[in-house]
Amino acid sequence: MNNKIYDVIVIGGGPGGYVAAIRASQLGLSVALVEDKHLGGICLNWGCIPTKALLRASEIKHMLDNVNEFGFSVSNIKVDIKKVTERSRKVASQLSAGISHLLKKNKVKVFNGFAEIDKNTDQIKKVKIKSKDGINTELAKNIIIATGAKSRNLPFVKSDGINVWDYKTAMTPQDLPNSLVIIGSGAIGMEFASFYNDLGVKVTVIETLTNILPNEDEDISKIVQNNFIKRGIDIKTNTSLKSVKIDNNSVSSEISTDGINSLIKSEKLILAVGIIANTQNIGLEKFNIKIDKGHIVTNEYLETDEKGIYAIGDVTGGPWLAHKASHEAILCVEKIAGLSNLTPLDKSSIPGCTYCRPQVASIGLTEKAAKIKNINIKVGKFPFIGNGKAIALGDSEGLIKTIFNNDTGELVGAHMVGPEVTELIQGFSIAKKLETTEHELMHTIFPHPTLSEGMHESVLDAYNQAIHY
Amino acid sequence: MSINILMPALSPTMEEGTLAKWLVKEGDKVNSGDLIAEIETDKATMEVEAVDEGVIGKILVTEGQESIQVNQPIAVLLINGEKLSEIVIDDNIPEEPKPKKNVVNDTNNEENDLPSLSEDELISEKTSFVQKNEVLNTIKSNRLFATPLAKRLAKQRDIDLSLLTGSGPNGRILKIDIENFKEEKKSQVDNIPLSNNNSELIKNSSMRKTIAERLVKSKNEAPHFYLSIDCNIEQLLKARSTINSKSNDEYKISVNDMIIKAASATLLKVPKANASWENENTRYFKNTDISVAVAIDGGLITPIIKNVEFKGLLEISNEMKTLAQKAKEGKLKPEDYIGGSFSISNLGMYGIKEFSAVINPPQGCILAIGVGEQRAIVTNNQISIATMMTVTLSCDHRVVDGAVGAEYLSKFKEFIENPSLMLL
Repeated sequence: MNNKIYDVIVIGGGPGGYVAAIRASQLGLSVALVEDKHLGGICLNWGCIPTKALLRASEIKHMLDNVNEFGFSVSNIKVDIKKVTERSRKVASQLSAGISHLLKKNKVKVFNGFAEIDKNTDQIKKVKIKSKDGINTELAKNIIIATGAKSRNLPFVKSDGINVWDYKTAMTPQDLPNSLVIIGSGAIGMEFASFYNDLGVKVTVIETLTNILPNEDEDISKIVQNNFIKRGIDIKTNTSLKSVKIDNNSVSSEISTDGINSLIKSEKLILAVGIIANTQNIGLEKFNIKIDKGHIVTNEYLETDEKGIYAIGDVTGGPWLAHKASHEAILCVEKIAGLSNLTPLDKSSIPGCTYCRPQVASIGLTEKAAKIKNINIKVGKFPFIGNGKAIALGDSEGLIKTIFNNDTGELVGAHMVGPEVTELIQGFSIAKKLETTEHELMHTIFPHPTLSEGMHESVLDAYNQAIHY
Repeated sequence: MSINILMPALSPTMEEGTLAKWLVKEGDKVNSGDLIAEIETDKATMEVEAVDEGVIGKILVTEGQESIQVNQPIAVLLINGEKLSEIVIDDNIPEEPKPKKNVVNDTNNEENDLPSLSEDELISEKTSFVQKNEVLNTIKSNRLFATPLAKRLAKQRDIDLSLLTGSGPNGRILKIDIENFKEEKKSQVDNIPLSNNNSELIKNSSMRKTIAERLVKSKNEAPHFYLSIDCNIEQLLKARSTINSKSNDEYKISVNDMIIKAASATLLKVPKANASWENENTRYFKNTDISVAVAIDGGLITPIIKNVEFKGLLEISNEMKTLAQKAKEGKLKPEDYIGGSFSISNLGMYGIKEFSAVINPPQGCILAIGVGEQRAIVTNNQISIATMMTVTLSCDHRVVDGAVGAEYLSKFKEFIENPSLMLL
């Protein structure tokens, strides 16, 4: 133990933690980061990034399957799943190494180990770091907990890495199963469903709620559902999983749809039923830190009830998105550094993306949520079938839906499904951040021919001025 | 290094201004935030603050100098103890400091009212960064940054954006600031002590607000004109005393009752005055429903005597008493005071000689009744004494023209001076 007292110690090296560390360093704070496993966290190593590499492969497979339409003929298409997986892992490790360089460049001291916080004095906190080399203690004025979350199991079924997969096994397949049951139709479940379906696996999706992608607007969810059904994905909504039996390398899932029980057999099963925050064994109980429904409670600047201890990202609650963690990281560090003019995170302006085929992206309130809030709304809809670029791409299935407050012209929500919508949604994010009204959006020039014209048309449609629909 | 203090752009459209007054002189020490000058633009006079601290080395424009271009140096500030002789003064106007004209979109008027972020462009790109910042800082207090949504909400809620402090980047006013402001404002009103030694604050009742709203609407929308005439009421008073002498205390007809009857009888003769403006149409009433202004606690109200043309003086008198009583007790029903085709307001009992009343919308006319008093009058070259009453008709020129109003008054005078004609 030395006498150095860091301004900030960040616990966790994911998109919350490493961003916090770099920003702290930029602001002239002395900063250390403790990471147990891999820099970049789940996002970069086992989440966002490697799954995008997989989905790129399945997208190419889909294109090859439909290449005739474009005047090519290709025969004998074979999938080498080991190579697909290998590429995905390479992408992840390349980026993880990049984070290591970034931290080094920003003079962030990185400790490899598992951190536990402890009391020292009122102003100074202790962090015990357990690593294979033993226990190391460091001191800091401020602690940022960015420990993230892990996937949730069900009481009667746990992922075993063989027949019952969690996201990790699901993204490192060594062989393609014949059939797959996916429990949960959130972003993770839908991305795996799309990936495995495109690679020729028989997929069934089980969802307890009425719609798949239950957080999305119903119109969007329906379009995805119809697309999936057309592709041969079996969607079972209003369906709950009762029990799971594993025998002879196959999984029997007992399900109940509207009270009627049935049995589905599949080779593998993926559990995608949400996450639980990593709050255990990090010393929280020694402090006055509140935990509500498994998540650390903070104020709008991410400080816990314990002065000097902050929490960001998945460990503080939803939406469980990397960009939310990174945004909180910056806000939290700037608060610690005493910067003025900070604006707390507005949770209604966090975009969400799902990279299944067709892609889904949204920001703000759904039509249903807006109605529940009694907002007098105006809704605009524009299908990609009316968009020249989408037709030229051969990818014209989808819809852009915009929701405005009829009284004030505020963009309340935007919901998209279709080609590259995950790249388009930022336009609406900026619009919301700058608090534009329909006026600015209607008078913005969108380049032709682009998919983004559909965003413009949707806005125009809300005010009955759409040109191409 | 010395700093040129530049002519600030105090509004987005400002291109030049007048230096109205220097608040400092050469050799004065100034601190950041000190007021140094008053600048007059086409819109207003505003004060300019010093951005940096230092000593005013040289004043480059004289008080009262007009047409000073934005960004033209107006003074030199010496900093870090340097002397004027050490510096070279360049009081030339920078080559292209003129603000770019703002392109204003016709369809979006609200944009015109307030400067928006794009006005950063106002500051010439050729101005050095330091100068740019100076100008920005100098005029900070006069420029408003607000998001489009905040601007629209402010407009909808009639909030003056300049009263707000923005919580967004660079003090930009956001939606949340508008929402919070409303609450602040409300709580401020609640916090104002209701009374102090010099004044008393009474919350406006909804009646007060309705009266205000209707009168403002009337004065804003109805082009009023006024016609006055003197009436000799000797005959009227005689008739009244005859009628009342037979009452055995069962009734007492007032002059006002007789005026109501006369107003109605006149409307039948001049139906064009019994009208109201309804934008696309003008409504001519067949009934003579006379609204009579009654003063009540905290305001006034105009109960209606309907179909006066079918009613005798006794009935009018009784009805008026009942309505006035109900009005004072606050017991009038909406149908008792909503509607009416013509109004009468009588302030004669206060000794008011004559006055002009505000039209009771959507009616076309209101007749203001002055006091009945003995005046010297001249008839046939003879001065004599008679009881006279001056009445003034306020007309909404959209429905009642001068000739119609005049005809009404002359007929009214005829009825008042020859009350027996009302029997016809």
